[in-house]
Amino acid sequence: MYTASEIEACLPIRSDMDLVWVRQHVRQAAALLGFGLVDQTKLVTAASELARNTLVHGGGGQLDVTPVTAGFGHGLRLTFSDTGPGIADLERALSDGFTSGDGLGMGLGGARRLVHEFEVESAEGSGTTVRVTSWVSRPPRAREER
Amino acid sequence: MPEHEAGGPLGTPTLEVRDFLRRRREQIAQRWADEPLFRAVFTLSRDEAVEAGKAVVDALAQVADAQRVEDSDAAGFTGVREQLGRMSASRSRAGLSITQVSNELASLWPPVDKLLTSELEERPAEELRACTTALSTLMGTLRVVAVQTALSEGQALIDRQRLQLLEVATPVIRLWDGIVAVPLIGTLDSARSQVVMETLLNAVVDQHARFAILDITGVPTVDSLVAQHLMKTVAAARLMGAECVISGIRPAIAQTMVHLGLDLGSVLTRASLADALGYCLNELGVAVSGPADGSAVRR
Repeated sequence: MYTASEIEACLPIRSDMDLVWVRQHVRQAAALLGFGLVDQTKLVTAASELARNTLVHGGGGQLDVTPVTAGFGHGLRLTFSDTGPGIADLERALSDGFTSGDGLGMGLGGARRLVHEFEVESAEGSGTTVRVTSWVSRPPRAREER
Repeated sequence: MPEHEAGGPLGTPTLEVRDFLRRRREQIAQRWADEPLFRAVFTLSRDEAVEAGKAVVDALAQVADAQRVEDSDAAGFTGVREQLGRMSASRSRAGLSITQVSNELASLWPPVDKLLTSELEERPAEELRACTTALSTLMGTLRVVAVQTALSEGQALIDRQRLQLLEVATPVIRLWDGIVAVPLIGTLDSARSQVVMETLLNAVVDQHARFAILDITGVPTVDSLVAQHLMKTVAAARLMGAECVISGIRPAIAQTMVHLGLDLGSVLTRASLADALGYCLNELGVAVSGPADGSAVRR
């Protein structure tokens, strides 16, 4: 079994090098929690997308990693927060192909499809917080549409 | 007051400390040699530790002489910077965190302070306090210098390794006449994908390659940025007349890419490098005959 201290972390996202560390930590934490290889890869990829958003669009921020439990299931929650300009049109930002930078525009929407739960809090000018959760085994309650 | 002035010829606390350091050079070095920091770094002989200690005391005296106890850039530190860096580096290698190293450096202060206090015992409390304050500032600056040196050495090492990694990780391999392959390993960030693209395009020209295989078996995560880099590389190679095949897409990565919504539909992909090579050979019209039983190579 794992100990919470091996999973819980608050990682800075300030440079490309930090993204590498974010991916490694999320992969390790997911493996410790017993995520399968496919789910590990999905979660790491989602973390990579969101961390890059935090860095590129939010101007840097941090990632909080916390293990969560609900009934029989346990999972991993990743909270990305920045104090950047925020997202003006959330609906549009989540749609595939929309980008404010020069990327593919798949990041935010793609990340939403890679995790079980996905929340964005953002207001123009006051930063963005993206909270995603994935479960090792399905959560006991019915899953929302993904 | 004046009768005490006679003891310290120049009077100011900093110079007082300087004279004290010069007088007690030997004793301080001897005491430091017994501290964990020096004991752990200079394991061969105690004399070596004492010599190193003396060098540090001399540097401190020089800094005090220049009246720059608060300045970590003071010229006096230049001489011992390398030695301090070596000492902190050797402690870091032993598994100590920078905080622990810094604490060990802090533990150099009490023995000196004790010496100073016992020597200036009969001075008025105010003067004594001024001297100990000057000394503690000086020791604090020494700590800053040591940590600075350790950090900058670490940073230099990281920079060097990063450059090395850029160089090492992108070989272009000629698999056959007209077929080159790039095994991609590790993180494909913008800097590395730039290097990959350049070396690959050069190889396409040099080797008159008609096919280029990008093998991503060693890439742990394929997110939208990595996919974008791959597609740009493919597009550039195509402009040069080479067809790209991406191979080594593992099952977990394939599922993730589908969920992420990445469309590599315009790019030729194969599950393994062998499959990709088979495809290219077939396209080039090269037949590879199997062993005696005549079984054909897989396409």
